[in-house]
Amino acid sequence: MIGELRSRSPDGPIEERWSEHKFNLRLVNPGNRRRFSLIVVGTGLAGATAAASLGEMGYKVSVFTYHDSPRRAHSIAAQGGINASKNYKNDGDSTFRLFYDTIKGGDYRSRESNVYRLAEVSSNIIDQCVAAGVPFAREYGGMLDNRSFGGAQVSRTFYARGQTGQQLLLGAYSALMRQVASGSVELHTRTEMLDLVVIDGKAAGIVTRNLLTGEIRAYSAHAVILATGGYSNVYFLSTNARMCNVTATWRAHRRGALFANPCFTQIHPTCIPPSEDFQSKLTLMSESLRNDGRIWVPRSHDDERPPGEIPEIERDYYLETKYRSFGNLVPRDVASRNAKSVVDEGRGVGPRRNGVYLDFSDAIARDSTEAVSAKYGNLFDMYERITGEDPYKVPMRIYPAVHYTMGGLWVDYNLMSNLPGLFVLGEANFSDHGANRLGASALMQGLADGYFVIPATISDYLADLLGTQPTPPTHAAFGESVAETEDRTARLLANKGSLTVDHFHRELGKIVWDCCGMARNAAGLKKALSDIPALNEEFHSNVLVPGSAVTLNQALERAGRVADLFELAELMMRDALVREESCGGHFREEHQDAEGEALRDDENFSHIAAWEWAGNRNAPVFHREQLEFETVAPTKRSYK
Amino acid sequence: MSAGAEPLSLRLKVWRQDDEGSDGRFEKYDLAGISADASFLEMLDLLNERLTLEGKEPVAFESDCREGICGTCGLMINGRAHGPQQGTATCQLHMRQFSDSAEITVEPWRAAAFPVIRDLVVDRSAFDEIITAGGYISINTGAAPDANLTPIPKEAAEASFDAAACIGCGACVAACPNSAAQLFTSAKLQHLNLLPQGQAERWARTEAMVEKMEEYFGSCTNHGECSVACPKDISIDFIAWTNRDYIKAKFNNRKLLGGR
Repeated sequence: MIGELRSRSPDGPIEERWSEHKFNLRLVNPGNRRRFSLIVVGTGLAGATAAASLGEMGYKVSVFTYHDSPRRAHSIAAQGGINASKNYKNDGDSTFRLFYDTIKGGDYRSRESNVYRLAEVSSNIIDQCVAAGVPFAREYGGMLDNRSFGGAQVSRTFYARGQTGQQLLLGAYSALMRQVASGSVELHTRTEMLDLVVIDGKAAGIVTRNLLTGEIRAYSAHAVILATGGYSNVYFLSTNARMCNVTATWRAHRRGALFANPCFTQIHPTCIPPSEDFQSKLTLMSESLRNDGRIWVPRSHDDERPPGEIPEIERDYYLETKYRSFGNLVPRDVASRNAKSVVDEGRGVGPRRNGVYLDFSDAIARDSTEAVSAKYGNLFDMYERITGEDPYKVPMRIYPAVHYTMGGLWVDYNLMSNLPGLFVLGEANFSDHGANRLGASALMQGLADGYFVIPATISDYLADLLGTQPTPPTHAAFGESVAETEDRTARLLANKGSLTVDHFHRELGKIVWDCCGMARNAAGLKKALSDIPALNEEFHSNVLVPGSAVTLNQALERAGRVADLFELAELMMRDALVREESCGGHFREEHQDAEGEALRDDENFSHIAAWEWAGNRNAPVFHREQLEFETVAPTKRSYK
Repeated sequence: MSAGAEPLSLRLKVWRQDDEGSDGRFEKYDLAGISADASFLEMLDLLNERLTLEGKEPVAFESDCREGICGTCGLMINGRAHGPQQGTATCQLHMRQFSDSAEITVEPWRAAAFPVIRDLVVDRSAFDEIITAGGYISINTGAAPDANLTPIPKEAAEASFDAAACIGCGACVAACPNSAAQLFTSAKLQHLNLLPQGQAERWARTEAMVEKMEEYFGSCTNHGECSVACPKDISIDFIAWTNRDYIKAKFNNRKLLGGR
């Protein structure tokens, strides 16, 4: 059993907590660091920067990715930008304001200490990235440019055209490869983590499968760092890359790590609506488009006219009318829910009536086509390639899609899970975004965790282990885990059922989207709690996985990932069911005010829900970490 | 608006190969009812669903983000890297670019430095080797000065960005008759060489990366196919800049090393 959850958040004035805490942490001196071996799983922003930074410090690091190259991790697809409270625009920004906006944006469901630290290191991140050669947008004087993003009234977002994620990841990747060249980091590509090995309650290593040869083997280390991203693909259709999955964190959860707030998922308001039945993924259009695009739908239902023929008076710019001060720049959850409600009313646009317009005609008239193209040209091109429509002439059609998961493995202030020696960074942990993440904050958090937090905190755990060797992979616990992993793989292949992995994944996604998407209610969640296990059972008895265990076998890889997504989906429903309030991305239909806005319940739900795995046949055990708000008083979020 | 266009019937000729050591072969598949709004990879997904249900092995091909930025996907489609649409990665190519009853040949990247792993999947780790040789600025975490300390003229930042847009897909190599990697290497080099931050290591970086490239890839003879195939429209001018940098690097490095 797990005792009280200790966040190890420091006390004292909020602006001094991180410095004070760092001072109190135990250190490992530079000469001793080479005596510690560390495993990092994942090479996105958090994983690559953690591996590179720890390698620079002198630790012996092994880093694992299932991609062919670290540069392909899904951080690469982030478009819009990264926040930092540099106040380069002189518009009143500060560390405190970024902290405040992030806490408020997260609907008061995150830890003050963590969020303040995130805001505090945000400036260092930009410095580090620029020094590493990230070509952020600049003004003519050569200084860095900024733009504003949803949920903020200042310009604090640094960006690199529409591909900020790729440019930041290339910076992180180059730092990583520099350490690979120096020999401090050993890189394992096309290697997927399939289990966590825990000995005497502590993380001791991992079990992996080589995706080319099928070899399953164990690696041990003094500590294991997971930076394996989020689980949006539980919905099948999401903006995540095809390979994104929950397996690494889910396997750690099954070995004892608590999974926190799994129902906190983010639906991004500006994605391209699905156009056909066999769509494999959804594509995001950067939120930055909301700076210049105006969102509207026809006032009347089932309006068949092309957008250009609908006169101004018959258009409903519903965000601008309803939220006067933020308008089209309301946070993501608010923008998404409003799009859903106009589409549900029958005022959706496009051939499937499944979108709303994002119209640039005013911006083009005001600033010229060239100016709009300079800002968003690559996004407009991408939209045209996908839809066959020219957004310079016809308004874009957008609709919300699943984009990010705030939930993840529970970690304390040091980013360590409840299992000593297991650290979790980036989207894979639950830590900084509460119930809703603000735009341009994911890149910030991944880099904060990897560049600045883990290099400072990990020594406090390692200090005790000085002079010890990691448990060798010959230990029985490693052997058992390897055998279990081999068995799981063999059973999937031996099944020879009659339906494909994608079939089951798609069906699972429909349930999760319908019951735990933009709006949730008790009846739907209860239904899902019986539908998901039934479908899961059918999956395990009737899935058809072709091919062999000892070659590249993409169907087998997917089958293992989907099996874990099934179990996670069930936990999401439970979490959503017991959270009897609406907050951030979690909108319970039973809890809304007369105007349809979310009703939070601070008295009963100002906590983190952290779930403990209790075996295949038992319901998971609920643990609570109470949230304390000493610096900002939770209020009702208002963007009006 | 293309939505609602008639579904397509297609004949596919797909390269199948069990592993690097085996002989490959083309196999033909007829597919009907493909939506014009489907992406090329979704069409292959459908083929794989069918093959699986028929008890056959699906076609191995790689993709991840499916929005043209991770560089994982990459197929020779009718002899063109990433297919017929300029400036478009395979995952962003949509079936509306093909006519009904088209015959489409699908092959992996063909280059000695990119051995075939299975079917349409190749090993591009030689690219990572080039980066490891020097594709970075040596700055440890925590050692950075304020980001606005050094103004970078917008033109320089933009030029650097044009190079940095490379997604490392390998189309340039696949399209080149010599299987040269000059466009990839030059894009990576000029991204850093054009920035003030990249100057300290400019000459060492240039020499190391170019020479690592030459261990794996063919020589550039200015065909220009690379730039045409590039899904990010990276200009061949970067190759010229790199050639200039390389010659300078040879002199400068010799001078720095005391004329050895």
